[in-house]
Amino acid sequence: MSSEAHAVHDTTTGISNNKLLMWAFLGSECLLFGGLISAYLVNRSRFHTGPAPGDIFDIPFTSVSSFVLLMSSLTMVLALSAIQRGDVRNNRIWLLATALLGSLFIGGQVYEFTTFLREGLGYTTSPFSSAFFTLTGFHGVHVSVGIVMLMSLVISSYRGTLTKKNSETVEIVGLYWHFVDVVWIFIFTVIYLVPSPTS
Amino acid sequence: MSESVAELNPNGAATQPLGAYSRPKGGGGWRDWVTTVDHKKIGILYGATALFFFVVGGFEALLIRLQLATPNGTVVGADLYNQIYTMHGITMVFMVIMPLAAAFANYLLPLQIGARDVAFPRFNALSFWIFLAGGLFLNFSWLVGDAPDGGWFAYSPNTGVTFSPGHGMDFYAIGLQIVGIASLISAMNLIITVLNMRAPGMTLFKMPVFTWMILVVQFLLLFAVPVITVALFLLVFDRNFGSHFFNPEMGADPLLWQHLFWIFGHPEVYILILPSFGIVSEVIPTFSRKPIFGYEFMVFSGIAIGFMGWGVWAHHMFVSGIGPISVGAFTLSTMFIAVPTGVKILNWMATMWGGKLRFNSAMLFATGVVSMFTVGGLSGVTHALSPVDTQQTDTYYIVAHFHYVIFGGALLGFFAGFYFWWPKVFGHKLGETLGKWNFWTMLVGFNLAFGPMHILGLNGMSRRIDTYSPGFGFDFWNLFATIGVFVVTLGVMFFVINVILSARRARGLPPEPPDPWDARSLEWFSPNPTPVHNFDEVIEVSSLDEFWHRKWTTDEDGRVVRKATAAEVCQAGDAEGVHLPSPSYWPVVLAAGLPLIGLGLLYNLWICVPGTLLVLVSTYAWVFEPPDDPDGPFGHGHDEGDDGSHDEDVPGDGSPAGQEAGSVE
Amino acid sequence: MSTEAAATNTDHEHPTDAKYVQIAILLAVITAAEVSTYFVDIGPVLIPALMVMMVVKFFYVAAWFMHLRFDSVLFTRFFVTGLILATAVYCIVLTVFEFWTGG
Repeated sequence: MSSEAHAVHDTTTGISNNKLLMWAFLGSECLLFGGLISAYLVNRSRFHTGPAPGDIFDIPFTSVSSFVLLMSSLTMVLALSAIQRGDVRNNRIWLLATALLGSLFIGGQVYEFTTFLREGLGYTTSPFSSAFFTLTGFHGVHVSVGIVMLMSLVISSYRGTLTKKNSETVEIVGLYWHFVDVVWIFIFTVIYLVPSPTS
Repeated sequence: MSESVAELNPNGAATQPLGAYSRPKGGGGWRDWVTTVDHKKIGILYGATALFFFVVGGFEALLIRLQLATPNGTVVGADLYNQIYTMHGITMVFMVIMPLAAAFANYLLPLQIGARDVAFPRFNALSFWIFLAGGLFLNFSWLVGDAPDGGWFAYSPNTGVTFSPGHGMDFYAIGLQIVGIASLISAMNLIITVLNMRAPGMTLFKMPVFTWMILVVQFLLLFAVPVITVALFLLVFDRNFGSHFFNPEMGADPLLWQHLFWIFGHPEVYILILPSFGIVSEVIPTFSRKPIFGYEFMVFSGIAIGFMGWGVWAHHMFVSGIGPISVGAFTLSTMFIAVPTGVKILNWMATMWGGKLRFNSAMLFATGVVSMFTVGGLSGVTHALSPVDTQQTDTYYIVAHFHYVIFGGALLGFFAGFYFWWPKVFGHKLGETLGKWNFWTMLVGFNLAFGPMHILGLNGMSRRIDTYSPGFGFDFWNLFATIGVFVVTLGVMFFVINVILSARRARGLPPEPPDPWDARSLEWFSPNPTPVHNFDEVIEVSSLDEFWHRKWTTDEDGRVVRKATAAEVCQAGDAEGVHLPSPSYWPVVLAAGLPLIGLGLLYNLWICVPGTLLVLVSTYAWVFEPPDDPDGPFGHGHDEGDDGSHDEDVPGDGSPAGQEAGSVE
Repeated sequence: MSTEAAATNTDHEHPTDAKYVQIAILLAVITAAEVSTYFVDIGPVLIPALMVMMVVKFFYVAAWFMHLRFDSVLFTRFFVTGLILATAVYCIVLTVFEFWTGG
């Protein structure tokens, strides 16, 4: 019995409950990030006396960390592909690589935040700064939760309990991970690349 | 505290062999209820909790009306009054109407689609316990004397630290956040249950209208809850971490709160009313002895209401200065949404037309919904017109309108549901005589209380004022409304007495025979009260109103003739060895962590530590929990009629889904 | 890794690892093009160009990495409903705030 057939053997639509759960959750998350992005956009020109977004964003740096996150989607999908073949070892390597790239992205975000802080953009500086840190912070928390899930998978894999039979679990974590990535694709373009107001 | 936490160390869990966390064995009594994952017990828990909060919210309503009964009232001070009306609104919306809908949905939805449980039984328990935790957290604010006082829609910047320096609005923001998590989990669970757990042959368009309306409501929740989540987060950050989302002094626009709140808030209105519409759509056909008129129209109008409910939110903001184009556009969309609602009213009346009507308590309450909601709907259309609304906003006219919709529409519908499904749940009917007293006192009292508020509002009485001076023409109708509320209270007491007396009368008697109402849908296939495994065997569905069509047929002359008695059609409820999900400790433990985190944010961050630990530990324990307890009361027998209702949880929301798979081994 | 051998054992409808790498390269190229707009002034087409590139990237990740191309249409419906609803509702909010006209 293949993993697919095991997971779906008795639902009305033939679709796995768990996967549907994740997709429903991601549909819901669209509204969450939409709200945060809107809250940022209406506030991006309200920088009060603090730094303006156009003055402070470091596009080359953010481009690199965006690229890192984008490539973590590739390693994630390779991890899934490996476990679907029953290749436990490569699955583990790609999961670790994904978690590593995710951590690199988070590290970049921490660096970005501390730099901004040094340049006078604190959380309470202006409506712009509050909205910026809240939006990117929420995204960062999502990435961190994803890393925790990936590491749980890795531990599970070392204990020998992550096999081809439950590749769907990897797939579901992957869906979450890719979603976090597409949210960043949106944020990177709309918040960073589209020219921001300068002071 | 620390001992129990050490005991549940997640690392310990990771190294111990699986099965170290054996499932609770039940054992009867309160343990059964705390650890249950049975959708029927969870439904009853939801209902009982909601009725408790109904008494709390009703008590607040009485205080409001006592204060306003006479001019210059001195029952409560202005400050306390603000807290009372705010908590009355929050309680009635989030802790009475929504959980009552959840009660009916949990109990009935799996039965109506022929399933043994919901798709994720443990998540189902989790959403109840989180809801309870949130409700208790919100009401805990009374104990510290600092209840929310900014109104249920909490407009900024009135809710900022400048104007609300106490902890009241923090209780509001964090409490609703917790309740919102419960709604979101339950929404995903029920959507997947409907999509994936239907009995063979049960296509979407053979589902009862109640199930359909619940499905629409869950989709509304799925997409609306994250919006209020954003708004509440921003409010918490503004109040506690000094951000400036709603701070005009820093150039921010507080209107953002109004948009976010009402983008959630208007779908929320339909979240409140559609379950009741569903109940009425079950009760009226049964007691008219006719199929629902225009089933497809009923379903599609429900879906249409769900969709259009997303495009009308700014009609709550006509006087907020959103500009003439926005006001014009939202006036139009608001008037359009009256159309699908009108379709429903018409279809209920057409169902009754020419039917063999039986006006027992359930039917009386259902017709009460049709008439009272029509009144509320019509006053709603009047303030869809923005020029008229400009006069009516923030007056008692609005208070009258939404009480006609929520009390007259939603609450009366739930009472219809109580009388209709009581035998299904508890095995005995509620008394008819007291039921009719219950209905008429509530209906008359309700109209006495809220009818005059139309006049008060048009005469210019603002809502939320804690008192008024004599001589404005408010005195008479206010006293009138207060008397009305006491009549409503009498009606509620009739209900409580009815519940107690009916239970006492039924003691020692055999349970109500199956199908007491000559009903139509799948839940009546099982005996009363519903056995723990719901159905002895899976039902093959071939038509809408399957149960009815198994009992009745039409002869050559088109007359309805009986082909089988209910006793022949119904199942005995004595199947053994049916595979059922095992109970679990972790939903209640996880839920207990959330209010602790909330209190920590308010008072001392250290309180967050045990709260967070509880959440983390129980998440991992949840994931490591064996999917079934082989020694459970309904352990692995032959998987007779397995409809996939056994435990397949994988924590989706931020929890390490990976471990679940490991535990299956 | 042994990308070419992948096809033998996996679900027949799923693409090979080589395909995934190709998609990733495409995404990387688009990202490079996006970033280049920061250094090269392309005039009034800047924002439309950025939006198109963003949507293409979004589409490729969702369709290929999230398997929406191959999976049940029900998943796509959930996701697209959320996306459309969010886009519509929040665009109206931004309109009311006169965001597009530089409010």
